[in-house]
Amino acid sequence: MNESTAARPRALDAVAAASSESRRRAARRAESLFGAVVRTAAFAAILVIVLIFVFVGREALPLLWQDATPGHESETVTWSSLAGPTTYPDRPPRHVWQPVSTVPKYNLAPLVVGTLKTTLVAILFAGPLAVLAAILTSEFAPRWVSQVVKPTIELLAGIPSVVLGFFALMVLATWLQQILGVRYRLNALTAGIGLGIAVIPIIYTVAEDALAAVPRSYREASYALGASRWETAVRIVVPAALPGIFAGLALGFGRAVGETMIVLMASGNAALTTWPLTDSVRTLSATIAAELGEVVFGGPHYRVLFLLGVLLFLFTFAVNLAGELTVRRLRERLGGRA
Amino acid sequence: MDAGAEATPVKVSARDLDVFYGATQALHGITLDARANRVTALIGPSGCGKSTFLRSINRMNDLIAGMRRQGTILLDGRDIHDPDVDVVDLRRRVGMVFQRSNPFPKSIYENVAYGPRIHGVSDRTTLDEIVRTTLEQAALWDEVKDRLGASALSLSGGQQQRLCIARALAVEPEVLLMDEPASALDPLATARIEELIHELKERYTILIVTHNMQQAARVSDTTAYFYMGRLVEMGPTAQIFTNPSKQETEDYITGRFG
Ligand SMILES: Nc1ncnc2c1ncn2[C@@H]1O[C@H](COP(=O)(O)OP(=O)(O)OP(=O)(O)O)[C@@H](O)[C@H]1O
Ligand SMILES: [Mg+2]
Repeated sequence: MNESTAARPRALDAVAAASSESRRRAARRAESLFGAVVRTAAFAAILVIVLIFVFVGREALPLLWQDATPGHESETVTWSSLAGPTTYPDRPPRHVWQPVSTVPKYNLAPLVVGTLKTTLVAILFAGPLAVLAAILTSEFAPRWVSQVVKPTIELLAGIPSVVLGFFALMVLATWLQQILGVRYRLNALTAGIGLGIAVIPIIYTVAEDALAAVPRSYREASYALGASRWETAVRIVVPAALPGIFAGLALGFGRAVGETMIVLMASGNAALTTWPLTDSVRTLSATIAAELGEVVFGGPHYRVLFLLGVLLFLFTFAVNLAGELTVRRLRERLGGRA
Repeated sequence: MDAGAEATPVKVSARDLDVFYGATQALHGITLDARANRVTALIGPSGCGKSTFLRSINRMNDLIAGMRRQGTILLDGRDIHDPDVDVVDLRRRVGMVFQRSNPFPKSIYENVAYGPRIHGVSDRTTLDEIVRTTLEQAALWDEVKDRLGASALSLSGGQQQRLCIARALAVEPEVLLMDEPASALDPLATARIEELIHELKERYTILIVTHNMQQAARVSDTTAYFYMGRLVEMGPTAQIFTNPSKQETEDYITGRFG
């Protein structure tokens, strides 16, 4: 130790020499260049999102101010035809999505309902499972178990959604039909659980990271007071990780809303506006995927499909915004200084 | 003060304690007695095993994978490693304040109430009472009494450390382990903590690790000097600081060390 004190002045001289005026200026220039690159990248990312939204919106917008073409009034899309039920002379009014028909009906309600149903099933299925798995692997399981479970769940994220959709269509649907004895194999429940499988790794990964990021010192303080593992996990670690867990749930929700292939394959695609989860449904995303290839370019159907895109966009945006706000509120509450 | 150091019964007693982390041995045959209502200071250079020794007393080292121990530690004459000793109960009786203040990301109130709650206190008035008295004991009450619902992380570093002391006191421990409780604090906050230690020893047995020689001299009755995992010398603080029997101890205390 003594010789190092003797050597220090020389080392310090070297530092002083190194930080000469010109070098400092170069460092400042590098710094500002780096800042500019980061700002540009961030701006570009935002710009891309805005452009996508503008493009999708521009295709949909003409719907709103077009005038009824004489002689084709019934084909015109209006606000009330998008939102309100179709009336029939001989039947009670119904919400109908029937874009290919002598009188096309573009009611959005069945699609919104279908999307909500599958998404809710997915989150109710995947949320608790993924969060519990994250708590178990990060707080309770022996190390080797975590080292097996964690990569396995993360591997799930790499499975193409067609494969998951196929699994839901062939295997899951059969199981559910056998267990619940439902009439239609393909329904909101089947699609929702299939979606849930796709969403589990997202929620799990984010939640696990959040739990792992809880400082060791919190756990130590809790153990030192005589708390058990359970008490420490439930009362200290999970609350401290709550913002991250919520972020994971919001991310999972966003993915479930937009996910297309699984619902296209496993939901049955019947545009129904009913409560039971065992009825078939048709979602916004699946409708766009199934129909956009066959519409008349620039026609009402085409524009309505773009409107669905706008809706989907707003939906995801709203979910993420709500998630972000919740996370921020939780963080502020935990962090004290608001 | 040093005359009194021998008068009280032995509270914590280590007998030939060896601790290993994997292949490296962190403690070599430590035999040391800490007396009730006395402050025992552990001093020594960084890495000499002071924290390891402290954490052995409330068995916090059990949480470290690869930790191995030989020898015993007695609390009131009873081996803390006896199979029928409940670690939860041991840790309630042996409180700990860490080197870096580590309040939970909860309100000030909840930080203090956490310990009593997990040990079964749920009555609100009792909890209120515990929170108030322990915050008073930790000399923090006047500063926080109007904002008990605020996050503990909004407190200053020194306040956070006193909150951690209050949190440790709230489960009514008999022994208080303090690992450099003032190392991150300014002189004023440090002085408050030292004052606090003086008051607390009326009721608790205190073992404190410190790198600050003046602090050890000021607050402790007995001082133990550790070096490289061994207990080099232990005795009444006044004697250790004025007339140590080992040259190494004197070198360390006077700063001629290393
Ligand atoms: N979790 C651990 N795993 C492995 N080795 C450890 C661990 N904790 C401590 N050690 C080792 O044990 C020895 C004693 O460490 P300890 O933390 O008890 O020292 P200390 O006296 O408290 O030092 P300081 O004054 O710097 O806090 C050191 O050599 C350290 O590297
Ligand atoms: Mg230490």
